[in-house]
Amino acid sequence: MAETLLKVAGLQSWYGESHILHGVDFEIRRGELVTLLGRNGAGKTTTLKSIMGIVEKRTGSITFEGQETVGQPSDKIARRGIAYCPEERGIFSSLNVDENLSLPPVVKPGGLSIEEIYTLFPNLLERRRSQGTKLSGGEQQMLAIGRILRTGADLLLLDEPTEGLAPVIVQRIGEIIRQLKTRGFTILLVEQNFHFAATIADRHYVMEDGRVVDTVVASDVQQSIGKLQAYLGV
Amino acid sequence: MFELLGIPPQALFGQLLLGLINGAFYAMLSLGLAVIFGMLNVINFTHGAQYMMGAFAAWLLLGYLDVPFWASLVLAPVIVGLIGIVLEKLLLKRIYHLDHLYGFLLTFGMALVIEGLFQLQWGSSGAPYPNPIPGGYNLGFMFLPTYRGFVVLAALVICLVTWYGIERTKLGAYLRAATENPTLVRAFGINVPRLITLTYGLGVALAALAGVLAAPIQQVSALMGTNLVLVVFAVVVIGGMGSIMGSIVTGFGLGMIEGLTKVFYPPASNTVIFVVMAIVLLVKPAGLFGQTK
Amino acid sequence: MTSQRIGYAILIILALVAPAFAYPVFLMKALCFALFACAFNLLLGYAGLMSFGHAMFFGMAGYFYGHVVKAWDMPPEVGLLAGVLGAAALGLVTGALAIRRQGIYFAMITLAFAQMVYFFCVQAPFTGGEDGLQGIPRKALLGGLIPTKNDLVLYYVVLTIFLFGYGAIYRFIHSPFGQVLKAIRDNEQRAVSLGYEADRYKLLAFVLSAALAGLAGATKALVQQFATLTDVAASTSGEVVLMALVGGLGTIIGPVVGAFIIITMQNYLAGFGQFVLVIQGAIFVVIVLAFRKGVVGEFAEWWRRRRTASSR
Repeated sequence: MAETLLKVAGLQSWYGESHILHGVDFEIRRGELVTLLGRNGAGKTTTLKSIMGIVEKRTGSITFEGQETVGQPSDKIARRGIAYCPEERGIFSSLNVDENLSLPPVVKPGGLSIEEIYTLFPNLLERRRSQGTKLSGGEQQMLAIGRILRTGADLLLLDEPTEGLAPVIVQRIGEIIRQLKTRGFTILLVEQNFHFAATIADRHYVMEDGRVVDTVVASDVQQSIGKLQAYLGV
Repeated sequence: MFELLGIPPQALFGQLLLGLINGAFYAMLSLGLAVIFGMLNVINFTHGAQYMMGAFAAWLLLGYLDVPFWASLVLAPVIVGLIGIVLEKLLLKRIYHLDHLYGFLLTFGMALVIEGLFQLQWGSSGAPYPNPIPGGYNLGFMFLPTYRGFVVLAALVICLVTWYGIERTKLGAYLRAATENPTLVRAFGINVPRLITLTYGLGVALAALAGVLAAPIQQVSALMGTNLVLVVFAVVVIGGMGSIMGSIVTGFGLGMIEGLTKVFYPPASNTVIFVVMAIVLLVKPAGLFGQTK
Repeated sequence: MTSQRIGYAILIILALVAPAFAYPVFLMKALCFALFACAFNLLLGYAGLMSFGHAMFFGMAGYFYGHVVKAWDMPPEVGLLAGVLGAAALGLVTGALAIRRQGIYFAMITLAFAQMVYFFCVQAPFTGGEDGLQGIPRKALLGGLIPTKNDLVLYYVVLTIFLFGYGAIYRFIHSPFGQVLKAIRDNEQRAVSLGYEADRYKLLAFVLSAALAGLAGATKALVQQFATLTDVAASTSGEVVLMALVGGLGTIIGPVVGAFIIITMQNYLAGFGQFVLVIQGAIFVVIVLAFRKGVVGEFAEWWRRRRTASSR
């Protein structure tokens, strides 16, 4: 069994006065693809942001490669080897595709080269001089994912990469995420789209009211489908 | 020789050159203001005082250490920029989370302190700085003092280098991205607070560099930047702070307009930039190159 | 509410007996700046608009007053009216342009317009340029009923003018109009969607603030018998911001307290020349960094905390 890459224990987070996470516990082993499932407002995005260190206040423990990251600023956490692809994608309008792609600094050896990324996303290559926000939604999503592959980060945090995209593109993104897993990336994925998540993940954590309330491994998904539907309200 | 509307060409081109020189200073200063505002969300009221400090640094370096003008051109901005970095670390960084107005008030207070201290130490009357390249060229239609021609060229080069640095380099890409979304840029592993400090230092150094260039033309005095910064605010309102090229073009353009006004209707030359501002506010409130922020 | 009334009663009694303890000329100057600061604060505290050019109204009104009373030989009431109306007209023009931008741009635009007015005053013949308008005669008010040559009598006249201006601001803030203004300040989009024409409300607040600043400036010219470039200069615009800030932005009494503190300080430091500027700048820095609520705001907070602590 692979080593534990990320371990979250008793994580609590706040935005101003509102208490969002009430003690989140889970862990991810190296090379795994894990999803956080749950309804809107369950705390999935906040969990990713807390790991990244971009919430106003957090307590508890988040260890990455055995080292504590709670209390560190987000740039230090990123340099440990965690990369973040936000829900709103965060493409910079004053940067072209090339500049967007090469913006995040390389933090460790072992990342993809620019050429490899363009091979993975050929349509970005055609538009490499375009302003980042002039791309279509699907292209922006691919750019947002492509952007964090160069850095050499071991753990990728992907927040709803399929949101608002056409089925063909969702399928393409699914293929890419699977490829990334085979290349050795560890991935923590937040998804609303359970059917998409079910096809690619090793394990699912279910969140409710700021806590992880259940775990389902891929092999048990078929038996647990009723339970999962109840959790997600679908 | 030809005449334009009864104006002798020597006077016309002489004033246009003066306008171009003023415009060069407007461009350099508004550029610094815009870059600082983009990263810090602060309108740097201390900009005029920092311009003055640049001129003073050159004057003091010459007077006490015999440092020639050309060395001061590098040394003075570095010194004043470092002082800016200290100010940012001590004071400015405490107010980024507040409304823009507090940054305005804080830097206004800083300007009062700095200008007051310089007045206490050196009085408010000016001191001359020797012209490093005396002489000039008779161009037929006008006489061009060499140093003034140099200032216009130097300012153009400085503006274009700044533009290149921001629009075409990696550091510039960091700056542009952090202006849009500092949280995300930091989450990519870039030390944004340090980038902000650096930006302030560079913006201040740019103001100081303008001050060094101004020293041989103007008297070096504690209040040389006080009124200038107010005009530059109007320039910034006219141009809008969204575009680097916009700041440069607006700065030089307004300097020329001021120069022409001096030729055709001298009493309005002090106020013409403010009149232009009023017209721009009527016609295009966001500024000529601005997007509403 | 009653404690507020008691507070006001004490302040008015203090104001009535103040000439027994301080020079009337000093008190009158402080009252003029207090009214000026209140006018500025009306705009910032209740409309959320920070003008960095209010000296143009204050200073121009002084010139209007001086010109009408000295050159045209009119009674002082007409001079005061001219100051108020002139400032209001200037406010209408500059305000209509300035409110087209918000936040920090608004501050820069008002500052720029004030600078334009300043340059105009340097050149215009009727202002006396660098010398200013000197020797404005102090004529009796109300057709000769109230002599103003006596400083003590004039003090009560100025106090009356101040109370009139303060009362006008108080009434304005507590009127339905003032409520709409606050709603616009807090959430402009919502106020607009409720059908209020935000820009007209802002403009009216701007004009009113300019008019009251004009009243303060004209009264100052009446008291000091001169109007100079200092009163239209950017430093005066900065001073009034400082007064409101020191006293407490958005509190109605704060600017009065701030004005008295700053004028007193200037009085004591008058012999130190440029040190006044350095100290004023330092106060700006300290207040912005550490005491953003100002003297009155911090005091109110301390009082509230003390009361909640004792009620426990």
